[in-house]
Amino acid sequence: MELSGAQILVQSLIDEGVEYIFGYPGGAVLHLYDALYQQEDIKHVLVRHEQGATHAADGYARSTGKPGVVLVTSGPGATNAVTGIATAYMDSIPMVIISGQVSLPVIGSDAFQEVDMIGITRPCVKHNFLVKDVTKLAETIKKAFYVATTGRPGPVVIDVPKDITAPHIKVPYEYPKQVTIRSYNPVVTADKGQIKKAVELLLSAQKPIIYSGGGVVLGEASKELTEFTRTLGYPITNTLMGLGAFPATDKQNIGMLGMHGTYEANMAMHESDVIIAIGARFDDRVTGKLDLFCPYAKIIHIDIDPASISKTVRVDIPIVGEVKPVLELMMEFIKESSTKPNKKAMELWWQQIAEWQAVDCLQFDRESLLIKPQYVIEQLYDVTKGDAYVTSDVGQHQMWAAQYYRFDKPRRWINSGGLGTMGFGLPAAIGVKLAHPDADVACVTGEASIQMCIQELSTALQYKTPIKIINLNNRYMGMVRQWQEFTYECRYSHSYMDTIPDFVKLAEAYGHVGIRIDKPEEVRPALESAFSMKDRTVFLDIMTDRTENVYPMIEAGKGHHDMKLRVALGSTTDRELA
Amino acid sequence: MRHIISILIENESGALSRVAGLFSARGYNIESLTVAATEDPSLSRMTLVTRGSEEIIEQITKQLNKLIDVVRLIDLAESFHIERELMMVKIKATGELRDEIRSMADIFRGKIIDVTPTTYIVEMTGSSEKLDAFVDAIDSDSIIEVVRSGPTGISRGEKGLHL
Repeated sequence: MELSGAQILVQSLIDEGVEYIFGYPGGAVLHLYDALYQQEDIKHVLVRHEQGATHAADGYARSTGKPGVVLVTSGPGATNAVTGIATAYMDSIPMVIISGQVSLPVIGSDAFQEVDMIGITRPCVKHNFLVKDVTKLAETIKKAFYVATTGRPGPVVIDVPKDITAPHIKVPYEYPKQVTIRSYNPVVTADKGQIKKAVELLLSAQKPIIYSGGGVVLGEASKELTEFTRTLGYPITNTLMGLGAFPATDKQNIGMLGMHGTYEANMAMHESDVIIAIGARFDDRVTGKLDLFCPYAKIIHIDIDPASISKTVRVDIPIVGEVKPVLELMMEFIKESSTKPNKKAMELWWQQIAEWQAVDCLQFDRESLLIKPQYVIEQLYDVTKGDAYVTSDVGQHQMWAAQYYRFDKPRRWINSGGLGTMGFGLPAAIGVKLAHPDADVACVTGEASIQMCIQELSTALQYKTPIKIINLNNRYMGMVRQWQEFTYECRYSHSYMDTIPDFVKLAEAYGHVGIRIDKPEEVRPALESAFSMKDRTVFLDIMTDRTENVYPMIEAGKGHHDMKLRVALGSTTDRELA
Repeated sequence: MRHIISILIENESGALSRVAGLFSARGYNIESLTVAATEDPSLSRMTLVTRGSEEIIEQITKQLNKLIDVVRLIDLAESFHIERELMMVKIKATGELRDEIRSMADIFRGKIIDVTPTTYIVEMTGSSEKLDAFVDAIDSDSIIEVVRSGPTGISRGEKGLHL
């Protein structure tokens, strides 16, 4: 079969099993769009800004485990995609981004809409390819998917010059069934001796804790983690990226750890004698000040990426391998071992943890006359029966969603953890909804974040993706304001937007339903009504208490044992912002 | 500590910038870097001299290994190896200096590869320390230009860095 480069690209994506492409046309990709027009296997989702395309593809990937696919034109199309590519890179999300490029002969001449996409994306992709030969195109696409989805996943960019896709140049096409790259061997078999050593250390622990991260979600090892944790009977804490990998409602789960993690999780980390880190990378938001991190613990670390091991925290037993087979092998060794978890020690350890839990670090004022954002998330959890896909933007609302929506399943919590990208939530929700049309999808956001990709409301209408936007509107960039309150003596420098749009009218202008909510008692009915409108995107603009802060908190330069807790409940109606 | 990392990398455009970019993005320092094709034209060999604590060197080798284009690498400093650097020095050579520089070059087993009525160019290979010693031994006012390749190295014994 002889095909043009554009046809090869489209056919390769079909043969790869791609369902959706998120993209935006432009000069350098016109041949490609023409080829897309002439087929019906792949559905193209036209976004309103390329950043939206990358986040939507990212949401699709995070909620399904399948790679997200993006198509953008050269120059500004490509640079607009960079934020989304970096977002996916930081959270190890498999994506393939096809960017148009000016024709080969004019590369380097500062041609119209030329930008060095390979150079620009190099630090934020797992790998990138510039296609210089149309006969290598199919193979390059196969390689891109292979690299993006194996090992530690990540985004891969394929930069395709316009002349490569020219309709009049046709070459034989065959999509490779498999591909090997001699310099890339993602399959790693973990060292059995190390695993055995780790199991013995774990079983002899007095104050153990399981610290699991996004790697468990990416590695589809939630079932194994759950079995492992229940067998041991040890406390488990999840990172922001790992929420849902072990059920939040399980008694053994002592909540998220890190900067806005629970008091009990952070205290348990600090006091523990053995930590097993599973698919987690000791991010600075998790560890707090490194010198103070887990001073009494021996550390076991399972990670597929050797570079993640001992990057910031020295570990005692490193295990390089995929989480799933490692946990399976650990289970075997646990069953075989003559050592059993120390019952007496565990009793004392759980008693200690119960004392920390009694602090009730996630309490908030339930009598408030103003709408508490935490209350909204609790109600959202209740109305959706804990079974919704929840995307978020970045800031206070993100932390509240993570703290109060108790995720029992993996891939339900979709947020930009590593890069912290405002504007992520709405387009991501569109990607999630396309992948899971029958599921409830909520985007928890704030009035600042939502405006960063608000234009995608138009995409949501075009592709009939009825999502529910929960806008926790506190008329501040809440997290910025919180830091300014704590560390800059309440000098609220540019963290307040004087002109905030009427989101109800805005939602309506985009063809959706907008509802403004001012009182706590309106929250529940509004959520119920929003989720009952199965075929409509609903924008709930919820006026929350603007003075509310995220607690508990590890402030900069502090350790896990030194958390700032909510001081007194009292009514916040009388607490004025300076 | 000083480490010499020898890297076998795909001979493709952009491969060098992936390595250089990695060092600048992660704040590692590069003292020198040499690259050339190998006997297998699809592969390049890079020799990179860097300094850092054991932890940093460990991260550097892991991060380099993570680059898709990197086929293999070794830290030469970890085992017996031979290290050579090429240097060419252009030196003012007039009057008595002409003899003095010639004998100095002899002592250091250097070669004079270009002669004009007022200058010599001395070519020398050796360890970086030896080249430093030669430069130090010449009056700095006489030195017009120093060109150094940066070290390259090879491990001793039967083991080699290849596919």
